[in-house]
Amino acid sequence: MGILDRFLRAAHFSGGVHPDDHKRPAADAPLRVMPPPARVYVPLVQHIGSPARAVVAVGDLVKMGQRIGEPQGAVSAAIHASTSGRVVAIGDIVAPHPSGLPVRGITIESDCRDEWCELEACDDPFALDPAEIGRRVAQAGVVGLGGAAFPSAVKLSGGLGARVELLIINASECEPFLSCDDRLMRDRAAEAVDGIAIMLHATGAREARIGIEDNKPEAIAAMRAAVAGQARIRVEVIPTRYPMGSEKHLILVLTGREVPAEGRPSDIGVVVHNVGTAVAVRNAVRFGRPLVSRIVTLNGACVREPGNVEVPIGTLAGEVLAFCGGMRGDHDGPARLLLGGPMTGMQVPTLEVPVIKGTGGILVLDAAEVGEGDGGPCIRCGDCMRACPVGLLPLEIAARVRAGEVDKAAGFGLADCIACGCCAYVCPSRIPLVQYFHHAKGELAARARGTQRNETIRTLTRAKADRIERDEREKAEALARRTAASLAAASEASAAVEKAAAGTNEESGACA
Amino acid sequence: MSGRELFMAAPAPHAHVGADVGRTMRRVQLALLPATLFGFWIFGWPAVNLFVITVGASLLTEVFCERLRGCESRLWDGSALLTGWLLALSLPPWAPAWIGALGGFIAIAIGKQVYGGLGQNLFNPAMVARVALLVSFPVVMTHWVAPLPLGSEGAPGFIEGLRITLGVVPVPDAVTSASLLGHAKTELSRGMDLAQALDAAGGTLSAWHGARPGSLGETGALLLLLGGLYLLVRGVIRWHIPVAVFAGLALPAAVAHAIDPSHYLPATTHLASGAVVLGAFFIATDYVTSPNTASGQLLYGLGIGLLTWIIRSWGGYPEGIAFAVLLFNALTPVIDRYCRPRIMGRTRRGAPIRATQGSAE
Ligand code: SF4
Ligand code: SF4
Repeated sequence: MGILDRFLRAAHFSGGVHPDDHKRPAADAPLRVMPPPARVYVPLVQHIGSPARAVVAVGDLVKMGQRIGEPQGAVSAAIHASTSGRVVAIGDIVAPHPSGLPVRGITIESDCRDEWCELEACDDPFALDPAEIGRRVAQAGVVGLGGAAFPSAVKLSGGLGARVELLIINASECEPFLSCDDRLMRDRAAEAVDGIAIMLHATGAREARIGIEDNKPEAIAAMRAAVAGQARIRVEVIPTRYPMGSEKHLILVLTGREVPAEGRPSDIGVVVHNVGTAVAVRNAVRFGRPLVSRIVTLNGACVREPGNVEVPIGTLAGEVLAFCGGMRGDHDGPARLLLGGPMTGMQVPTLEVPVIKGTGGILVLDAAEVGEGDGGPCIRCGDCMRACPVGLLPLEIAARVRAGEVDKAAGFGLADCIACGCCAYVCPSRIPLVQYFHHAKGELAARARGTQRNETIRTLTRAKADRIERDEREKAEALARRTAASLAAASEASAAVEKAAAGTNEESGACA
Repeated sequence: MSGRELFMAAPAPHAHVGADVGRTMRRVQLALLPATLFGFWIFGWPAVNLFVITVGASLLTEVFCERLRGCESRLWDGSALLTGWLLALSLPPWAPAWIGALGGFIAIAIGKQVYGGLGQNLFNPAMVARVALLVSFPVVMTHWVAPLPLGSEGAPGFIEGLRITLGVVPVPDAVTSASLLGHAKTELSRGMDLAQALDAAGGTLSAWHGARPGSLGETGALLLLLGGLYLLVRGVIRWHIPVAVFAGLALPAAVAHAIDPSHYLPATTHLASGAVVLGAFFIATDYVTSPNTASGQLLYGLGIGLLTWIIRSWGGYPEGIAFAVLLFNALTPVIDRYCRPRIMGRTRRGAPIRATQGSAE
């Protein structure tokens, strides 16, 4: 590590917040593995991109790991059965979404045997071609497990079309309450490092840096031990600050370099994967095992036994909660049920929503944890601005959005907002800033679509007008040509006559 | 427990730092308390009466305007109380009741509510009221009294104080006096040498411990400084505005005084007199009417300090901080437009930064 590098890594981002992390005691409880529930409800879309297409029928018997959803389009991921049993329904299930609206999914009744289908193992992943690794990862339906659920194969196999120099492993886990990555690193460090080595091979990066926030000493120790002997993989301890887990911020802290706005990490030769994803990649490449389960943190004051559980995808949140002893009886009662962390996670209306690949946590928070309180008008205190890790002026953007001036809001950098929630977290007036920004972004997107449609209509109309005009012009020209031709013929004839006459003259002249 | 009616959708984040507007206001009020109590002590009952009337008028006006606008009452966030409080601190302590009442009304009705209430106003409401009173009633507004601590000989008792406040009896001539800055200005205009004039007035020293004529808010400068430091420590305000105000005032004052001490007051006198401390920590820092970014705040503070010095040195009024604050309140939107933070991944001008593809080292 060069001196310059050392210096650059002292770089940090401005803004950010320090919410109470609430990670313990859940983080310290040993990881538990949940047996298959009686039924799993597997949504066909669990990732960014187009939904998968069901390839089984009601009544089919499926094995665990069998493909039941075929990816559609470039950014999509395959879906696999997370238990063995019978397909009992294909249709609407409650989506893990705030609306509680249904989504298409496959319901499997488990035979409780968890019989794997035949898997394509590989003894030496490092002998595989990177493209082949990408194929296997895609086959296994691996998506980023950090929450965004971007199909991992696209990022792994150079699908973004850039040369990758540095692989960054996001193990910061900056969201309060969540400890699934922490627990994974403590209990499965060797697997994670193996996965990272495979990712290094697949991406062609020269080295990997694992960024872990300094509030996870046990995970740091475990990973340090596991990377011993791996010259190209390094554990980096980074300060605890939200949103450290944002790709661009993590890159800034680890490399001192900024990803250009409107750009991607690959533009500066970096690719970022979550540490949980590394384990999923390993399982996919070494054992051909699809992503059919994930570690979920159960936490919040209302949970009787907070901790981390490895859960089959499609298990209902309520059953995971029940596995953790259910709700505490001696408590005021829950104020909010969340999937994911409190900063960016979503509130869901019911416990009857399935765990999907991107679900890092099921939180049942009480009113104190949610920090409920009364709101008011903006007093321009500027706290939101100081908390914003991107350097935006949330108060100004919000004022424009409130006034319905989304264009002006865009002029204040709305598009650069990463929806981290720091601004709303600190706002003394509890203005739902992030909600405003989502709304405005939605409106701009809708408007862009509208403009595009109008543009298309205009182009088509213009094309039609052009065509009509052209037809008419051509008709007119043809007519003109015909007239001209007949005229020409006529004039030619007369010219010939004249010429003949003149010729006589000329000739006579010439003779003169 | 799985009933879906149990959980109503709320937007992320689902956590909060715990601050609210009321807490901020309470902290500012706590910071003002020592200086205010000190002021009560040295100026006696009339000062207490005036304070109660000013604050009461502010609160009543707030309630009245909220009724009129038909909006939810925000009285309990303490912002109207704070406005009235700051105004009371900037008035002559023995001013008659109607000044306080009128001031409270102007501050809230004209300074704040006509703009749409909390957070919408362009100017600091207390300063709007103070300046309106000053230009309308210059004699009453510059009628200072010498300190006459509670219980000391000649200090009015409660009843006597009430009669003074209500204007039943006039303020006895014996106790009226000029403030330090006013004194300096008068002496200067009479062609006196400043150094001598100040010596005669007891120098600058008395300015710091506060036992001298002036408004409630200028006498307890040290206590206000303490309160300001408390606000800094608590994170209610940041250092940029106060420091810039002090620098903007002290630097030109020091230079001018070094060049011509007979015409220009020394920097220490400037800092210690008038409402500089009150203004720098409690008025210029008003969230609503000051710039947001650090650079904007520095610019704004320097401007206020400099303008205060200019008004004091050459203007028609001995004290200029209220005017300076109002002027820079008006400039705040402009300052905010030009002082914006850099957006991550972009240059200062807003273009995406260049990708430096290549070595990750
Ligand atoms: S934090 Fe809230 S009240 Fe303060 S400036 Fe931002 S939006 Fe306004
Ligand atoms: S949500 Fe957007 S505006 Fe708010 S702090 Fe995060 S990046 Fe800044």
